[in-house]
Amino acid sequence: MTAASETSRVGLVVVSHSEMLASGVAELAGQMAPDIAVLPVGGTEEGGLGTDYGAVVEALADADSGAGVVVLYDLGSAKMTAEMAVESADDPSRYTVVDASLVEGAVAAAVAAQGGAALAAVAAAAEGASGEAPVAVHDRAGQDRTGQDRTGQDRTGQGRSGQGRPALSIVPDAVSAEVLLTNEVGLHARPAALLARTVAQLDADVVVRYGDEEANAASVLALMGLGAPGGRSITVVATGKDAGEAVRRIEELAERGFDD
Amino acid sequence: MGCTAADVVAALRAAAAVVQEHRDELVRLDQAIGDADHGENLRRGFTALLSRLDAEEPASPGKALKLVATTLISTVGGAAGPLYGTAFLRASAAVGDAAELDGEAVARALQAALEGVVARGKAVVGDKTMVDALTPAVTAAASAEGSVAGVLSAAADAAAEGAESTVPMVARKGRASYLGERSAGHLDPGARSTALLLRAFADAAAGA
Repeated sequence: MTAASETSRVGLVVVSHSEMLASGVAELAGQMAPDIAVLPVGGTEEGGLGTDYGAVVEALADADSGAGVVVLYDLGSAKMTAEMAVESADDPSRYTVVDASLVEGAVAAAVAAQGGAALAAVAAAAEGASGEAPVAVHDRAGQDRTGQDRTGQDRTGQGRSGQGRPALSIVPDAVSAEVLLTNEVGLHARPAALLARTVAQLDADVVVRYGDEEANAASVLALMGLGAPGGRSITVVATGKDAGEAVRRIEELAERGFDD
Repeated sequence: MGCTAADVVAALRAAAAVVQEHRDELVRLDQAIGDADHGENLRRGFTALLSRLDAEEPASPGKALKLVATTLISTVGGAAGPLYGTAFLRASAAVGDAAELDGEAVARALQAALEGVVARGKAVVGDKTMVDALTPAVTAAASAEGSVAGVLSAAADAAAEGAESTVPMVARKGRASYLGERSAGHLDPGARSTALLLRAFADAAAGA
């Protein structure tokens, strides 16, 4: 952990052709990360559709509180404008333009930044956020997954069969626990963000399973995609140096009802 | 005969007039397969360039090209800003501080401009972009030994042909790529503007 990350967090800049789109994405991402700078840059100087190089240059400087800035963009020419702005900076290595889905990437990056993740990790969170649906644990053959799962909840989420990751629970020396969601809404947006932030602070890979699906706990969107409601239990499986601590903190979070 | 800073400025003024004249045509081309802003964006950029040229006199051809780059980057607002901006920036670096450019220097500048556009936009020949006009222009310029006017004329001819070659292409880069097969049958606006600019430069050099 660098000295900078002790005191400051990675900022975000959202570059869009549209002022409204940039502002909307920044608003959504900022909701989950109260302590980081999420700056929208959208439209041309005259208020039309397009990108404003000078405004991007300014936003990069404004969003940088010492830990660097991750830049997200909407379409190709916004990417080019962002890249030029980064190249013009005194130290381009402080800025990372990420190839990520704009909305999901911004939310994932904001949560990672809020959790104190360093520049590279925030960028990785944004880039990993594309198509962040939960993954089926056992089902790789593409059976019908639109029916009821074993908890009796009607699951409308589409299975992502064929892309199944290996279930992390089979990794040796994993720490796992059944955790009851005592709050009313379960793993909804805010609780999912809290859980992801908790994990982001630790040196551990954590997977959350609900029913037949599992989600990477670093991804708010994947956690939300599990659709785990209040009153149900999730399984937390952690590996890595802080695995035990990660499980313990998640248990605590759940016991407190995610501070709802 | 070499090409001085004043010659470059004259060529840029001529190019600005051509952009103004073809604004509507470029908008129409971009309307068919893009976001309909190419003509207006370029017009805005070159209008801003004219006022900067009125305010200051670049000391060398390289400085004039750099002024184009910074102006287009900060005023165009669409993909043409970073793309042409990078092209002129690389061209400026390629000619350095030379007080006059000969044909060979101009060919080298075009080569550098193409490399910049490719590095910025990641397009290759056949993607239906300005690269389809600029690539043959660079090849023609490299083999056209002689005066600046001769080199630019060869480049402009090749760029016009290259731009026409984009008509049947299916776009793989830029906004037009979202149209898939429906992008075929249209001239690419970026390739067209590249050909127009090179023709304007060539005509200015021939008249100088």
